[in-house]
Amino acid sequence: MSEHPRTPAQPPVGGSPKQNSYEPVIGLEIHVQLKTATKMFCGCALTFGEPPNTRTCPVCLGLPGSLPVANARAIHYGLVIGLALGCELAPRSIFHRKNYFYPDLPKGYQISQYDEPLCRGGQLGDIRIHRVHLEEDAAKLIHIGSSGRIHSSDASIVDFNRGGTPLAEIVTEPDLRSPERAGEWLRLLRATLRQLGVSDVNMEEGSLRCDANISLRAAGSEHLGTKTELKNMNSFRFIERGIRAEIARQQRILEHGGEVVQETLHYDPASDRITSLRSKEEAHDYRYFPEPDLLPVAIDEHMLAAAKAALTELPADRAARYERELSLSPDSAQLLAFRPELGGFFEAALAAQGDASAQTLANWVTVELAARLDDGDPAATGVTPRALAELAGMVAAKQISVGAGRQVLDKLVAEGGEPQAIVDAEGLAALDGADELAAIVAAALEANADAAQRVREGNTKAIGPIVGHVMRETRGRADGTEVARLVHEQLGV
Amino acid sequence: MAQLARLALAEEEIEPMARELSAVLDHVARIAELDLEHVAPTSHVLDVTGALRPDEPRPCLPRELALAQAPAVSNDGFLVPSPQA
Amino acid sequence: MSDASSSASSPQGERELLKLTAAQAARRIAAGELSALELFDAYRERAATDHAVGHEGLNCFTWVADERAGVEDSGPLAGVPLAVKDLFCTEGVPSQSGSRILQGYTPPYTATAVARLRDAGAPLLAKTNQDEFAMGSSTENSAFGPTLNPWDRGRVPGGSSGGSAAAVAAGLAPWALGTDTGGSIRQPAALCGIVGLKPTYGSVSRYGMIAFASSLDQAGPLTRDVTDAALLLAHMVGRDPCDATSLQLPEEIVLPSAQELTGLRLGVPAELHGEGIETGVREVFDGACKRAEALGAELIDVELPHAPYALSAYYVLAPAECSSNLARFDGVRYGLRAPGALELLDMYTRTRHDGFGPEVRRRVMLGTYALSSGYYDAYYARAQRVRTKIAEDFADAFKRVDFIVTPTAPTVAFKLGEKTADPWAMYLNDLCTVPMSLAGIPAISIPCGLSDGLPVGLQLAGPAFSENRLLDAAYALEQEFGFDGSAAHV
Repeated sequence: MSEHPRTPAQPPVGGSPKQNSYEPVIGLEIHVQLKTATKMFCGCALTFGEPPNTRTCPVCLGLPGSLPVANARAIHYGLVIGLALGCELAPRSIFHRKNYFYPDLPKGYQISQYDEPLCRGGQLGDIRIHRVHLEEDAAKLIHIGSSGRIHSSDASIVDFNRGGTPLAEIVTEPDLRSPERAGEWLRLLRATLRQLGVSDVNMEEGSLRCDANISLRAAGSEHLGTKTELKNMNSFRFIERGIRAEIARQQRILEHGGEVVQETLHYDPASDRITSLRSKEEAHDYRYFPEPDLLPVAIDEHMLAAAKAALTELPADRAARYERELSLSPDSAQLLAFRPELGGFFEAALAAQGDASAQTLANWVTVELAARLDDGDPAATGVTPRALAELAGMVAAKQISVGAGRQVLDKLVAEGGEPQAIVDAEGLAALDGADELAAIVAAALEANADAAQRVREGNTKAIGPIVGHVMRETRGRADGTEVARLVHEQLGV
Repeated sequence: MAQLARLALAEEEIEPMARELSAVLDHVARIAELDLEHVAPTSHVLDVTGALRPDEPRPCLPRELALAQAPAVSNDGFLVPSPQA
Repeated sequence: MSDASSSASSPQGERELLKLTAAQAARRIAAGELSALELFDAYRERAATDHAVGHEGLNCFTWVADERAGVEDSGPLAGVPLAVKDLFCTEGVPSQSGSRILQGYTPPYTATAVARLRDAGAPLLAKTNQDEFAMGSSTENSAFGPTLNPWDRGRVPGGSSGGSAAAVAAGLAPWALGTDTGGSIRQPAALCGIVGLKPTYGSVSRYGMIAFASSLDQAGPLTRDVTDAALLLAHMVGRDPCDATSLQLPEEIVLPSAQELTGLRLGVPAELHGEGIETGVREVFDGACKRAEALGAELIDVELPHAPYALSAYYVLAPAECSSNLARFDGVRYGLRAPGALELLDMYTRTRHDGFGPEVRRRVMLGTYALSSGYYDAYYARAQRVRTKIAEDFADAFKRVDFIVTPTAPTVAFKLGEKTADPWAMYLNDLCTVPMSLAGIPAISIPCGLSDGLPVGLQLAGPAFSENRLLDAAYALEQEFGFDGSAAHV
């Protein structure tokens, strides 16, 4: 086991490290746990958080004489993923055995796919997909040891509940060129898979796992450098940091005239260190051969039709549509498209046909509503799409101020209800008469004489406390722009 | 090869094993004589595909049965020496 | 319920009882002339005695049922007790596949084939001895010691289903279940003078059969006559949702009835008739072929040009698959774990070294090698291609003939220890049976005479799903040969 020197604290990598004359070449290998009811090759129910070894059977325990039988829904989800990623679906694909010994592998081999996978080729965004295939997940190995880290424990316990969970493995071509791009693309993949309903794609829970293959090459070169495999990064942040750290490590090696060794590495986010995961003696000869216990999978019209029917409008396509048809800004479009629960809410609000424009509604959803949701689902709150549409319309028509609108939204989110009723009940209607407002402004100028003086002298920033005073007095119902105008008018500046 | 197959061979077993395997391999190597260039390999002798299973739960083994034959158990799990570098 | 003549209460009565074939016994039980419990007890006692004397007996069994209070006599198999090869998982009953590594292992489930037979009315009498993990042709590779041939106790019964074959031949069980991967039902049937059938690959579910070579293993009957084989087979076959490679047969298995072979074309492949076949065996076989002609069959010379390579291909493919199938025996979840292992690698290697016998270790090494990087193409992939050619050879031959006929085994039963020194000498026992396994086609062995006082088997092989026609032809020949498969000679 070798350790590599600490990477510098804030490596200035960013989008294009051409200043270092090395270009990162990154490919991702993503494992997705499929949301089927049962395991990949046996009928054990997939439920989580059960006591250890209560979700097993002769098949997933690897008892002598047991045989696998492939889960039709897992195949279906594999096809759905393949179609969504624009892959070619193999008319005939087979399972292979990947042979190696490890306590979390009950049969001493993993049933996977090798050179005849379910899907090949494809693209998501501007990153090409190499292949998608199906396999079974290993069991859970829990280390009992002083620190709990894999390298310093004495014994382990195996829990086979997770063993046999269906996995789709998605491998990209090495088209990524920076850690940020990798993170961004992974988020797109996650949104896409979540939209398809094939997986929970939750990194913290382990239903989405990502390894990275990283190499460096001289900028402008076609030749690929030696790649390393970085594993066990279980959050988006750690993935970006891990890739960044590995790029820096390889760079230092190459700059010192050394050679990058092909190996499997582990990123420790706590120390920002890259360490070698597998010792060199470990022979990785998997001795793949076709799985004789399973028949080849042939895709018929029925399966293809079912997979197509399951395709919903995917995030990238939805974002493009929003920009094209609704003239939303690219940022708004992407935000709404990548979070289906927001996008759905937005579209429903749009359908309510209020007075607000699509972009205005989009802003209300992506900025105001999103801030109040804390990553949750709008459906779990009291605000309905129609209510939000109405609210947005009222603000656009200046019936209430933006500030008042925010207060109404707070109430809607917390308790539901109708915007107009809340406005009436709370007395939040925009200040009607210019006279009323003018009077309050005058009073504010008197109360903040120093500030008023500074404004007269040309210090525009001093207007702050005066406006603040007015806002407090009007409980936010005044329109900020109008207040500023009145202040300047009354001060004669 | 023994390492790959996870078989410990005692010193005195290595030579006879190597000899026996060589002898078998000599016989087996006959297949190299054939011209098989345009022949597809048979990975499945049955000319059938499919045989998939509906995604419906079936009863699991009770934990006691799952662990019943285990050589070593701890905390309701199978106890093994740790894998390490 | 039983009448005096078939009662087990007198020694003569018992002998009569034990002479009944399974089908005959089933008929009598169904007619109320015989008690299933009496039949079970009679067999159970004999089996238990052989088991109890260990190496002084034939050593057919690894486990024998306890006394019972009652036996179900319903169903088409009417309570006729069945001996089952050790490698079939039987819930609550030890199933070790003849290996130390599964010492004390009792499965929590029962193999589909055994469950179906039990549900059809055949209760479990005993588990039979076998070569370890079904690897062998003599049952000398068992952790339980060798089984002896009832015809001559200095000789092997064949393998790997030697225990099943010897038990039936010795009248210790009315019928038995075995498995055939490269000849492991047919060859012991031939060496013990009984009937053994390997059905079309996929006909019988492999769920619960401790695996040796997945693309070759098939369960099948070992019986005293062809009718019993048909009866047992009929209740085992059919698609099982637990085995993806299992199939529904296009037609039900029926009991045979053919009296002659008029119009039947039998192909004799030169490659499996000359060199490698013992003279005495060939002479008896040729004589049997003449009698087939007398029954109306036409004997035609055929060629199976790739048959000489079959054994080589088999001894790449079967070890390769077994090396993977046996990887699960690692001491983690069941079976033997080498004591005192503090380190994982040590636990694996010592457990597997101590738990596996020499033949198994050899084949695991061979198989690992054949699949390893750099050798896969030359060995495994190549052998898969040879397999294609062999299947094609049979397909071509079956355009000209109905069945292929060969001696089942190249020799009669050989002496204990005679072939253990040279692995390839032992592998040659499968010369005539391996090609059919590779092609996945059905084949039956029936006794056709004696050479030097020891049984010789004749093998009939047909295209996939030709079991009914095969059984019919075998039946007609059996009537003609007049070979008495009962326990009388023991």
